Amino acid sequence: MDYVIEMLDIRKEFPGIVANDNITLQVQKGEIHALLGENGAGKSTLMNVLFGLYQPEKGEIKVRGEKVKISDPNVANRLGIGMVHQHFMLVDKFTVTENIILGSEPKKKGTVDLKKAEKEVERLSELYGLKVDPRAKIRDISVGMQQRVEILKTLYRGAEILIFDEPTAVLTPQEIKELIEIMRALIREGKSIILITHKLKEIMQVCDRCTVIRKGKGIGTVDVAATNPTELASLMVGREVTFSTDKTPANPKDVTLSVKDLTVKDARQVEMVKNLSLDVKAGEIVGLAGVDGNGQSELIEAITGLRKSSSGSIHLNGKPITNLTPRKVTDAGISHIPQDRHRFGLVLDFPVGENMVLQTYNKKPFSKNGILNYKEIYKKAESLIKEYDVRTPSVYTKARALSGGNQQKAIIGREVDRSPDLIIAAQPTRGLDVGAIEFIHKKLIEERDKGRAVLLLSFELDEIMNLSDRIAVMFDGKIVSEVKPEETTEQELGLLMAGSKQQKAGEQ
Amino acid sequence: MFSNRLVNILIPIVSVFLGLLVGAFIMLGFGYNPLLGYLSLWNGAFGDSYFFGETLRQVTPYILSGLAVAFAFRTGLFNIGVEGQVIVGWLASVWVGLAIDAPMIIHLPLAVLAAALAGAAWGFLPGLLKAKLGVHEVIVTIMMNYIALYTSNALVRNVISDGKDRTERVPETASLTSEWLASLTQYSRLHFGLLIALFAAAVMWFLLNKTARGYELRAVGFNQDASRYAGMNVGRNIILSMVISGAFAGLAGAMEGIGTFGYQSVKGGFTNIGFDGIAVALLGGNAAIGVVLAAFLFGTLKIGALNMPTGAGVPTELVDIVIAMIIFFVASSYMIRWFLLKIKKEGK
Repeated sequence: MDYVIEMLDIRKEFPGIVANDNITLQVQKGEIHALLGENGAGKSTLMNVLFGLYQPEKGEIKVRGEKVKISDPNVANRLGIGMVHQHFMLVDKFTVTENIILGSEPKKKGTVDLKKAEKEVERLSELYGLKVDPRAKIRDISVGMQQRVEILKTLYRGAEILIFDEPTAVLTPQEIKELIEIMRALIREGKSIILITHKLKEIMQVCDRCTVIRKGKGIGTVDVAATNPTELASLMVGREVTFSTDKTPANPKDVTLSVKDLTVKDARQVEMVKNLSLDVKAGEIVGLAGVDGNGQSELIEAITGLRKSSSGSIHLNGKPITNLTPRKVTDAGISHIPQDRHRFGLVLDFPVGENMVLQTYNKKPFSKNGILNYKEIYKKAESLIKEYDVRTPSVYTKARALSGGNQQKAIIGREVDRSPDLIIAAQPTRGLDVGAIEFIHKKLIEERDKGRAVLLLSFELDEIMNLSDRIAVMFDGKIVSEVKPEETTEQELGLLMAGSKQQKAGEQ
Repeated sequence: MFSNRLVNILIPIVSVFLGLLVGAFIMLGFGYNPLLGYLSLWNGAFGDSYFFGETLRQVTPYILSGLAVAFAFRTGLFNIGVEGQVIVGWLASVWVGLAIDAPMIIHLPLAVLAAALAGAAWGFLPGLLKAKLGVHEVIVTIMMNYIALYTSNALVRNVISDGKDRTERVPETASLTSEWLASLTQYSRLHFGLLIALFAAAVMWFLLNKTARGYELRAVGFNQDASRYAGMNVGRNIILSMVISGAFAGLAGAMEGIGTFGYQSVKGGFTNIGFDGIAVALLGGNAAIGVVLAAFLFGTLKIGALNMPTGAGVPTELVDIVIAMIIFFVASSYMIRWFLLKIKKEGK
């Protein structure tokens, strides 16, 4: 067998934990090889070893059959290994080309030969069907395009083996489709790909083989053609996983959230939400479907008080909450699981315990007369951590040190625990593995059954279809359609999200 | 090899040691005896009770200016304006000392309070501009330093005195000086301000770590978006942080105004107490106890150095270079951290 990359019996320890316990990963030339595992299973550690960011305690790495020592990323680059990071490493104000050549600029008489670089970028872009404009500034192009710039960066440096770290986490369904095409084009040109993911659908769609790791241990490598998502999921989690969330029909009661004729402008004074009306009743989950950038974020920010609306009204249980401050909105009975958990959901440099009282620190029993009661704070944190299965060394650990899934579970624990009337969950499972997703879905349904109203914003059609009792499709700042999940299909939803309302009428 | 905690303690110690070492080479290079140089520095700071008293006296404003910088840092702000806040605090304490006639139990607290309020007001403006208009506090505070310096000079010359270069001395009732402390230390200028400084350090620790307000201030310092999301008033916290920082700085001014000197004079330039406060805060890791220890080191160097020309014949300019070397290594402790962590990694 011709392996382009072999990582044999890799062991990597960190103080207190074994992140990689004798894992073996063998990638054939010209294949797309999936690396599957839960959050914190050790996928990123293994890839960082391959990319030279960590040195393994044990084990050897072979590239094209030759034993190598990868002491830093430059060595990895020279060996033809390139990494497309999940969080892009791009300079906003630079052009595509300037970003790509950063660190290995072609020189002409002591100056950067931008012309030559642009030509090369254009050639590469065409070869792999990337359709990137070499002269565009990063801040002017979409997230999907930015990712392609990251891909070009590795290709420009002559990468033969590309590591994709959770590449679809930030993409819209359409962009995911295009990315898959790009990956196939890369393979056609003789590249090999390692795809780090926990999305089983993607693995089934594009990968040839899949190596599963669980809690730092290698579970094995399987041929994707000979397996199915259920088997992969149980390999990854170590137990049976149910995909379609079990839930009884909703029992909606009174209207909890009522949005009427709401208009919201963004910072550039462009109307992002246009005369929108929406009701969410107690005891139901309303899914807000739509392609990113159609006003969903602005709608949620307006409801939660983070952004002022310019006209219209918002009521919670019949009381007006239009343009109240976030604190008043919270106190009125709204919990918000924010879309960007690092930016809004957590103070990353605070310990987990302090993050658990982010809204309630000034209320009894967590403080009295302005003095914090850390005993009560950490007691609450301990109980939330237990109940929501947040895996952290202790409540004193900084939130930054937790994996994404555990950070999200901490936020959800905090938000749900306040017993709100309305839970706004924006992309609650973004970037999480199936185990965590299952847990969060179950929690949201539990809350619904307790009679709470849930407004769910998601770009994952699966999630919308599985969880919602009612789906509101948002396009261009308006709710263009309301459908029941059992009466629609993903295809139909996709069309509605693209703004073709007529299509639906024509079909029926 | 070492734990993280040990690394954190080792860094300032190694920094100071390296600074002393380089300082020694400089003295050697210019033909002076470094051992004798450092011995006279030591004697100049701790040699007898007079020097020790003077060292503690110098430590006092450093603690407060260090706290001022550290407090702002901890809440995400860079208060370069401590210098100006020191000057207005200094002026305010002296002014209240001269303008009012009252028994000490009222007069002295009033003068101290005036200094804190003046510093707070000088911090309020940059805080307000940052909170409401997003103007960067570094720019505003730098400019406010000059405004403070020249306003103080103008007031001293034209309002508080009759065209003189300095004000009258404040009366006993508004003075922090103490016959008892002075006599204990062979009549050094040591005064009761040290207690105020230590108390202020305790206040900062308590406020930041134990109160709901401190929780908010720290949260805003780390992540404004999350703070807003959690319902905190970000702007108000920014202003409050600058006000508290300014109050600490104002107190530092009072230490000089009604403690060490007893008057305010027309100044040719900055006092440097505020600027040194930046280094003190950095060395002290922006923690209250760390600031106290770092201020002690700075005070020691400053006072001890005065003895180097007489004790070892090292010219003052060279002394300043040696002191600057020590501060340089302390301030660039990032290098040393990197180095220590590297040793730690390889030692494993």
